[in-house]
Amino acid sequence: MIEIEHLTKLYSANTGDHAALHNVSLTINDGDIFGIIGQSGAGKSTLVRCINLLEQPSSGKILIDGNDITHYKGKQLLALRESIGMIFQNFSLFQQRTVLGNVTFPLELRHENKAKREQRAKELLDVVGLAGYEQRYPSELSGGQQQRVAIARALANDPKIMLCDEATSALDTRTTVAILDLLQEINRNLGVTIVLITHSLAVAQKICNRIAVIDDGKLVEEGKTRDVFDNPKSPITRELISNDSSMAFSDNETTEEKAKFQELREEEA
Amino acid sequence: MDLGQFFGRYGALLAEGTWASLEMTIISTIMAYIIGIPLGVLVVVTAKNGLRPHRAINAVVGWIINITRSIPFIVLLVFILPFTRLVVGTTLGIPGAIVPLIVAAAPFVGRMVEQSLAEVDSGLVEAAQSFGATTWQIIYKVYLRESLPSLIRGMSIVFITIFGYSAMAGTVGGGGLGDIAIRYGYQRYQYDVMIASVILCIIVVQVFQSIGDIAARAIDKRK
Repeated sequence: MIEIEHLTKLYSANTGDHAALHNVSLTINDGDIFGIIGQSGAGKSTLVRCINLLEQPSSGKILIDGNDITHYKGKQLLALRESIGMIFQNFSLFQQRTVLGNVTFPLELRHENKAKREQRAKELLDVVGLAGYEQRYPSELSGGQQQRVAIARALANDPKIMLCDEATSALDTRTTVAILDLLQEINRNLGVTIVLITHSLAVAQKICNRIAVIDDGKLVEEGKTRDVFDNPKSPITRELISNDSSMAFSDNETTEEKAKFQELREEEA
Repeated sequence: MDLGQFFGRYGALLAEGTWASLEMTIISTIMAYIIGIPLGVLVVVTAKNGLRPHRAINAVVGWIINITRSIPFIVLLVFILPFTRLVVGTTLGIPGAIVPLIVAAAPFVGRMVEQSLAEVDSGLVEAAQSFGATTWQIIYKVYLRESLPSLIRGMSIVFITIFGYSAMAGTVGGGGLGDIAIRYGYQRYQYDVMIASVILCIIVVQVFQSIGDIAARAIDKRK
């Protein structure tokens, strides 16, 4: 369980301190696929980076299974990060390493022996559907395949939590659906709690059981995905829902909507 | 005088000169990298957005690099004569040339390494941090490993620059192709010997540039 309590993150600028996050409190339960939604610059990226302390919060607490992690340093910090996998919008794969070398990277860091880590990496590549790709290089793979490698790499340390930073934003619709399916499978089969940031309501609606809406560093709404979508309380959420051409992944979408969504995606890319 | 006669008379001299130039350049390049890699890494790591920001260290290393690089090589060569004598016991011959070459080249290597490392995507550094990598692990598993093709391209530039410097170092006692060109071409008006040494310089530069390009291309896995 991840309990975020009164989290604030300030950035100092010439014009004075700017709050990227302001007094955010949230609880993410074990086994959740928790969506954090908001427009770009809303602070969702900062929030998720506080969970593995890539960003140091200015005040507030983050409890993981009851332990306040915000003061972790040195070995304790490295161990915390090992226990939390992360994937990124642009995949962040090591270009000079093979697929296998990328997946074994986290194990190499803690000096796991070669045979063991390669064995583990092969199992994980199987999980993400890339068996046989061990000796390829990232530049030879499609975006969706690269994100699968990144997912395998994030799973290498058997994390309990996986953070996804706009993990599907660089992918086309069909690939997005496939990656979301994979994340859902990992959540169900391996019991990994997933915290996912996205600006796309369609993504959140497809796989998140609970969501939180962030705007201008503040938490504006939180609840079960269906409740938030059916009965949005804040104007921001309503705006997000009406602006989003999304709903594209729902089963009864029209081809027209689908085409429109695809167009928007291409524009973004 | 035909080519046969020419090489009969000057062949050994030119071969010896080429070898002396290569010896000075190769030894200095290696030593310059041993000093320059840590300098470049230090600048990147202590930078404002680096892994371990440290304003004082960053500024001091930056100054050392800039000051050393501001002194024209031919001046540096004379300027550090006492230091050269202190280190290798002589200011003459190849040992006497190598000391100033290293002093001039190490900061240059530092800047080249800094530039190569700066090309590494900051997202990769962040990813490595997210898996619990230590600063050392990020330095050599991410920064140095991912920028290796760029480091190798930089190395051929460094080699060629030091090769050029070695011609100057040669005239004050190191020998080599530069020394031959000046002594025979400038002081004795033997243009044929000067032209031959220039051609040899061109060949050496071409060979090392090609080796660098081929090696960098062979190990670079980006498309």
